[in-house]
Amino acid sequence: MRSSVLRVALVTVAAFCTSGIASAAWEPVRPVEFIVPAGTGGGADQMARTIQGIVTKHSLMKQPMVVINKSGGAGGEGFLDVKSAANNPHKIIITLSNLFTTPLATGIPFNWKDLTPVAMLALDEFVLWVNADKPYKTVKDYVDAVKKAPPGSMKMGGTGSKQEDQIITVAVEKAISSKFTYIPYKGGGEVAVQLVGNHVDSTVNNPIEAVAQWRGGKLRPLCVFDGKPMAYDEPIVDGKGWKDIPTCKSQGLDMEYLMLRGIFMGPKATKDHVDYYIELFKKVRATPEWQDFMKSGAFNTTFLTGADYAKWVEGEEKRHEVLMKEAGFLSTGN
Amino acid sequence: MTTNSSGAAGPRHKVVEAGVALLIAVFGVIVIIGSVKAGINWGAEGPRAGFFPFYIGLLIVVSSAINFWHVLRDGDGALFAEWGQLRQVMSVVIPTAIYVGAMPFTGLYLASIIFIGYFMRWLGKYRWLTVLGVAFGMPIVTYFIFERYFLVPLPKGPIEEWLGI
Amino acid sequence: MEELVNLFHGFAVALQPFNIMVMVLGIVLGVIIGVLPGLGGANGVAILLPLTFSMPPTSAIIMLSCIYWGALFGGAITSILFNIPGEPWSVATTFDGYPMAQQGKAGEALTAAFTSSFVGALFAVIMITLVAPLVASFALQFGPAEKFAVYFLAFCSFVGLSKEPPFKTIAAMMMGFALAAVGLDSITGQLRLTFGVTHLLNGFDFLIAVIGLFGIGEILLTMEEGLAFRGGKAKIDLKVVLQTWKGLPRYWLTMLRSCFIGCWMGITPAGATPASFMSYGIAKRVSKNGNNFGKGEIEGVIAPETAAHAAGTAALLPMLSLGVPGSPTAAVLLGGLLIWGLQPGPMLFVEQKEFVWGLIASMYLGNLFGLIIVLTCVPIFAAILRVPFSIIAPLILVLCAIGAYSVHSSTFDVMLMLVFGVVGYLLKKCNYPLAPLVLAIVLGDKAEEAFRQSLLGSQGSLGIFFSNPLVSTIMVLGLIALFWSVIQEGITRLRGTRTAAA
Repeated sequence: MRSSVLRVALVTVAAFCTSGIASAAWEPVRPVEFIVPAGTGGGADQMARTIQGIVTKHSLMKQPMVVINKSGGAGGEGFLDVKSAANNPHKIIITLSNLFTTPLATGIPFNWKDLTPVAMLALDEFVLWVNADKPYKTVKDYVDAVKKAPPGSMKMGGTGSKQEDQIITVAVEKAISSKFTYIPYKGGGEVAVQLVGNHVDSTVNNPIEAVAQWRGGKLRPLCVFDGKPMAYDEPIVDGKGWKDIPTCKSQGLDMEYLMLRGIFMGPKATKDHVDYYIELFKKVRATPEWQDFMKSGAFNTTFLTGADYAKWVEGEEKRHEVLMKEAGFLSTGN
Repeated sequence: MTTNSSGAAGPRHKVVEAGVALLIAVFGVIVIIGSVKAGINWGAEGPRAGFFPFYIGLLIVVSSAINFWHVLRDGDGALFAEWGQLRQVMSVVIPTAIYVGAMPFTGLYLASIIFIGYFMRWLGKYRWLTVLGVAFGMPIVTYFIFERYFLVPLPKGPIEEWLGI
Repeated sequence: MEELVNLFHGFAVALQPFNIMVMVLGIVLGVIIGVLPGLGGANGVAILLPLTFSMPPTSAIIMLSCIYWGALFGGAITSILFNIPGEPWSVATTFDGYPMAQQGKAGEALTAAFTSSFVGALFAVIMITLVAPLVASFALQFGPAEKFAVYFLAFCSFVGLSKEPPFKTIAAMMMGFALAAVGLDSITGQLRLTFGVTHLLNGFDFLIAVIGLFGIGEILLTMEEGLAFRGGKAKIDLKVVLQTWKGLPRYWLTMLRSCFIGCWMGITPAGATPASFMSYGIAKRVSKNGNNFGKGEIEGVIAPETAAHAAGTAALLPMLSLGVPGSPTAAVLLGGLLIWGLQPGPMLFVEQKEFVWGLIASMYLGNLFGLIIVLTCVPIFAAILRVPFSIIAPLILVLCAIGAYSVHSSTFDVMLMLVFGVVGYLLKKCNYPLAPLVLAIVLGDKAEEAFRQSLLGSQGSLGIFFSNPLVSTIMVLGLIALFWSVIQEGITRLRGTRTAAA
């Protein structure tokens, strides 16, 4: 009799313990909305949908993950949506550089501090590309040609206006003290094709946007806007791989730029919520699919969380402010 | 379409059409104001953001003025619609407006159940059983197609929150 | 000849049982997506993309492209039955499809729409099979100036179609342009016409405007005329398919012309929507039955559907061979290719033969299966019209609301949809044409963007629009189309003043 009472008591205590443990580690109880502040088919969208596919395939989450595009106002729509979802831990957002550039250029009431940083997944590289039929083999060839041409007659194609591509263009202009005419397009793929068709003279496409044309012998990479060459040494064309592209700095173009591919949450997320997603993304990063994806886009795979991540974002914000101010891209209030 | 039903009462076509022309003109003025704010001149990078919208706004205003003038000149005494017909139209517009307005607060499902039910019961005069069947059936099918299968989240209210879906 | 060998190999791949299953599943899902307003081809494919992640790439792309065909087929269904275009490219199908349904000829309209879709797609696939590399290099010729010229031509061949008073047409079209301008200006990266309203950041989405103007507006008109849904007596018999088929060969010229327009617009890449409008506009002018267009002329269904499907199919070619998407849906498919580790671009045809030819073979088979599936369902679709109005109307309204919401996950859009509905009702009653308004919303910002990109490149000189034979030809064609309508308008106005004087 006594023993059975004891047993019941023990079981009850044990049950409490396990439930206590379960409630300590937060888990989503509803489908998680994964906001993409860009259109379908773009770089951020591809990454989000790859993650969604990985999460589904490896059953990394008990609840489904749902990708939603909110691209209005250069992504402002998506940021404001997450900002207003203060108490909703079932909403995360993937960001690109528009995290900084959109509020600065458009004046929408948003700052990255309105969100809770979760993790940096990767950094996207930028490469200076020219048409392979043109005689420019090195950065110097191209820079000389730009300097020789009347200012503004050389055309630089890029994605969006007053965003990363144009910021880089302005920095390059400053470094070589000449002028391009910057022509904004809607998407990176289109930019690369415009370069193939010789409608622009150069671009600063991300690797993933232009690699197909490089392999097809239509485009030529001149340099990468990073502190060190990219890590992927697999040959892509004529025995040359990403690793063989020199840094722009080593070629006399002093500019470094990497684009954030990071995850943020709503402003009132608790540590439990953030920890859950950090663990989730650690698992995502460990899958072979993710590694293939990183390789295909020659991404810089730096992974940061917590204070390191926040510090990095803060530094980038200051840098963007300076760069955009110098370029005259700041919103004049509207 | 139904403008020749003389004898019955209703707003004159002329009046409504003039009103529409005026509303369009107001829209044009708003566009012009917005364009001026965005900058309407030809800047260093070609036309600025407000350049095209400004002239579009001007064209809207000008063509509305011409339309307005045409109405005054050519308008006859034809009816726009009879009051009874307009009442029919409003019997859809008003419930739909309430439905749409309530959606952010009640969520899509509750609002849809009530809306479909109202429509079928009061306008269609169906038996309660049919009404309830359709009113509940449609949102449930919607839930499974959109949220479960296509993973498209639809607006939800307190009831769904409470049910945990 | 090598292509044909590859193609037969492709058929062998596509005809594996698993791939056939995937194909049928894709078509059915696609039709559902096409029918539900708001989900749309691009969203639908994006939503289902992760589902295909665990399949082999060839099966996955077969499934996704079949979803795309299904959506192309499905878009026509609601356009014809309820005047609600499920997809942007089926707007032009409503012009004659819906009147046909009202006259009890829904079965004929659906059959004509599906069959001409199939013809358009088939034509485009044959083109892809035979002349892919050649066509791809043609697409490279299109810079901003050429693109603007194409939009210009699309506008010119459509404007002046309507018999409504010219200033009403202008007012309607300019409203469309103004609505298209709201949001972010893509050239300066600056917000405009948003007046600080967050909801307007995204501008006015085409689908919301169309669901409101056409769908809700139509329900209001029906209410005004009493509760009857006028298509009630639609025949529900499979024989209608055969009877319609008998009459179709007569329109071979329209079909052929629409195929060419569609392929061209798909490759350039202007997309399926301008193709359908342009094809409708030209058919209306050229056809002997031109005056019947808009009143339920079967040719007015054939022309836009053939062109839309040809364009939709042709749009896959620049995606595969250049890596540039010819349509939003193609953009999502492109993302899919990258996720599976396939790099679209010049090398894809060389390195991934099995994949490319499997896909091309699945285009033939997928469209054939799609046609069979949707045709056998024609009686079922037509029977929907027999459901009493007071049941179907609230269901349509709820579906419209869901559609409007799911475009951007915003309840504001749902309210906007109702506003557009009331506006659509008023404009239609006051004899304002809605088609130019809608065309302007779709193409307005793209045309402006191309125009300003061209001017940036030419440093402000308008000469760029006549700087090479290609762009000059398109511009001249556009001007001819434009002046044609001006002359027509001039004549009617002369006639108008004469009768007014008399």
